[in-house]
Amino acid sequence: MAKIKKKIKTIKVDLDKCNGCRACEVICSAFHANPKYSSNNPERSRIRMVRHPIKDVYVPLYAGEYTPAECMGRDKYVIDGKEYDECGFCRAACPSRTLFHEPDSGLPLKCDMCEDDPPQEKPLCVQWCLNDALIYEEREEEVEEEEKQEDIDLALESLVDKYGMQKLMDTVARRSQKSETST
Amino acid sequence: MRYGETGFNLEIDLTRGNVERVETDPKLTELHLGGLGTNTKILWDRVPPEREPFSPDNPLIFSSGLLCGTPATGANRTIVSTISPQTLLMGYSMMGGFWAPELKYAGYDKVIFRGKSPDLVYVWIHNDKVEIRDASHLKGKGAVETAELIKQELKDPNIQVAAIGLAGENRVYTASIEQGRSSASRLGVGAVMGDKGIKAIAVRGTKDINLARPAEFIGLCNDVLKYIKLREEHPVPGVMTILQGLGSPQEMKHFDEEWHTQNFMWGNARTRRKDFWNKEVEQKWRETQETVRTRLISCYNCPMKCGAIISVPGISTYMMKCFSKLTYTMAAYSDLDFGFKIAQRATEYGVDGFSTPQIMAFAFELKEAGILTDADFEGCPSDNEGKFYWLLDRIVRREGIGDILADGTHWAAQKIGKGAEEYAHNNIKKHEQLPLKLGMLNPVYFLMYATGEKINITQIEGQFPQSPFPTVEEREDFCKDWIQVPDEKFKKYLMDWEMRGERSNPYYPTVDMSVDIVDWQEMMHYIDDALGVCAGLSSFPLKPPYHIHNYPHLISSATGIDMDEEGLRQIYKRNRTFLRAFNVRRGLRRADEKPPEDHWKKRFPELEEKLLDAYYKFKGWNNDGIPTKETLQELDLGYVAEDFEKRGIIKNGQD
Repeated sequence: MAKIKKKIKTIKVDLDKCNGCRACEVICSAFHANPKYSSNNPERSRIRMVRHPIKDVYVPLYAGEYTPAECMGRDKYVIDGKEYDECGFCRAACPSRTLFHEPDSGLPLKCDMCEDDPPQEKPLCVQWCLNDALIYEEREEEVEEEEKQEDIDLALESLVDKYGMQKLMDTVARRSQKSETST
Repeated sequence: MRYGETGFNLEIDLTRGNVERVETDPKLTELHLGGLGTNTKILWDRVPPEREPFSPDNPLIFSSGLLCGTPATGANRTIVSTISPQTLLMGYSMMGGFWAPELKYAGYDKVIFRGKSPDLVYVWIHNDKVEIRDASHLKGKGAVETAELIKQELKDPNIQVAAIGLAGENRVYTASIEQGRSSASRLGVGAVMGDKGIKAIAVRGTKDINLARPAEFIGLCNDVLKYIKLREEHPVPGVMTILQGLGSPQEMKHFDEEWHTQNFMWGNARTRRKDFWNKEVEQKWRETQETVRTRLISCYNCPMKCGAIISVPGISTYMMKCFSKLTYTMAAYSDLDFGFKIAQRATEYGVDGFSTPQIMAFAFELKEAGILTDADFEGCPSDNEGKFYWLLDRIVRREGIGDILADGTHWAAQKIGKGAEEYAHNNIKKHEQLPLKLGMLNPVYFLMYATGEKINITQIEGQFPQSPFPTVEEREDFCKDWIQVPDEKFKKYLMDWEMRGERSNPYYPTVDMSVDIVDWQEMMHYIDDALGVCAGLSSFPLKPPYHIHNYPHLISSATGIDMDEEGLRQIYKRNRTFLRAFNVRRGLRRADEKPPEDHWKKRFPELEEKLLDAYYKFKGWNNDGIPTKETLQELDLGYVAEDFEKRGIIKNGQD
């Protein structure tokens, strides 16, 4: 199997350096507005500050995957004697909370590392964090190129979930016919 | 669509329990921008001069600034305006933190209260939903505690709460409104909030703030950030540590307090301790600060770290900013450990950290002088720190002597009599000032202290160095990248300013130069206060990222209003003159424009009169400090002139 180079993008979050200003939220929501920067609303940001000053909890949190259902349980971290929120480090746009959902539509939000058009050299939240609580790192890794059977299964399963087996099979049949005629 | 602002105010009548969302006139934004500018307009229209501060008809306005909620760094100020119970003039106080942007995201530029609630309430603003809720369970609770309880009750940690403590509930004239890491402390705005029966205002907003020319605006914001970075890397040399960088004086960051402890006065603004600071004190204070300071923190959308979370073992956590660290310490001749401890209680009570320690030191001085008696202090412990805690508790509860002291040193002295007035020696326009006593009169500072409508030097000064640089090389060095000057002449003023000789204080800067310099300093503050931008990034520090040259572009690209430097200057003049006119209608005159007698050891009565004459003339006011008809008309304030004429404040055909 062929090896391919994969770019790994990381944002290193240093909780101790965060001053809690939320500039990351500001620039994220502005950048992702349409047209670009035309509006500002932290609720649309794909990074949010989980912030409890009196408890000294300062966690910049990035929007991760959408999840259609809640977990089986919830986690709560205690670090250096400081108790963080339930799900306080979880990045999912999850039905159990409003975090990382568009305020009007409820649609999930996800951090794109500012690859949106025009792609940014560094994510903008990092550029606007003058306290270096957010540090961008990039590295390349060589990985095997493979198509995993379970990925295909998973994709199909969700299509079946959504449209039903019959509709899916009809579509596959119709499309395969199409591709035959076109060749 | 409105840009920069939401275009709506929330009008809340507490007597009737009525809430209205009212669209504002865009013309007023063009004339006054927002924040303090439009607050003054509202108060002018609604408050006749005889209105008492505790009348139900005294409005209490919580305003955002025009740029709050946009990506402009440091645009986070809440401007609270009402009639001050202490000065009986327009009470003007501001706070940073997170409240104003949240209000904008909820869809409002201002919240305007009128009336009085029969019971203690808190107001819950969540986008279009606004509720007046019972707060009987919060009665007597601390300001920080109240904010936490409300966030729990409403189950959302992202709610921003502005709250009063016991002092506000009891209408103490130095009561503050606490919020985030900030507070609107000066001039008794917390007392008016308490009088209206409002314990807190909780806000949560999830709407957009729109920008007129987004790409241009964000480019300017990026330039501001770049400049902040540059300034952080290049502190201004040749000035004291706390004035080298941006932000408010970095009291939470720095440990070196030699300058404050040896130049500011201890006790009731009385005693200078020239030999106080030494290695031993420095070591001890450093340890104290490092032990209690958990984290350096900022306000909304600002990279500075002017505040800190303070956790003193054994007492609950609070947030502190700037100079309160030393006000209690120095009033009580105590140390920093005491300062951090008593400030926690004072923050929960919600009191002004400048005035309140002075009131207490004033009271103990009166006791020593035999003007107040042992009977007034019955039950007061004898140890130095204990007695300050005791008196603070009496003041915020208005118990015994505390009831008299709760009105501030001016009114307390009037009530106490027996020569107590001599001890209320550090006031301007009835308001306690920083405990600073100096040698030689500085003409620029004389004017700012005397004429400032805000009656608080930190909200008037800035931009121009407080003292001359000793050498020509240092002056040249300072001037070479001084891009903020509105005019090149200011560089010449600084270049020629000497420590001694003919071109030194008090006769240099000359009268006219002093007026020029003050006008620049005032201009930047008035613009900031209309935009809601923190003085710490603009009007207060040396070489700030915001200035008269980039502000017009920021305002224009955010709002779509055509704006150049001349236009912005005109708005500044209008807003500054309007605030003066409001206070003139309430009786303010030249005779009130007096810094404390002992502020400088060397005074120059003749020069001081000349300075005032020139300042008024420059502003287009008459010799009594009253804006002339012509000036008012030039500033589109013809209706103010008409009102003045009707009341006989100015006479037709005369200045």
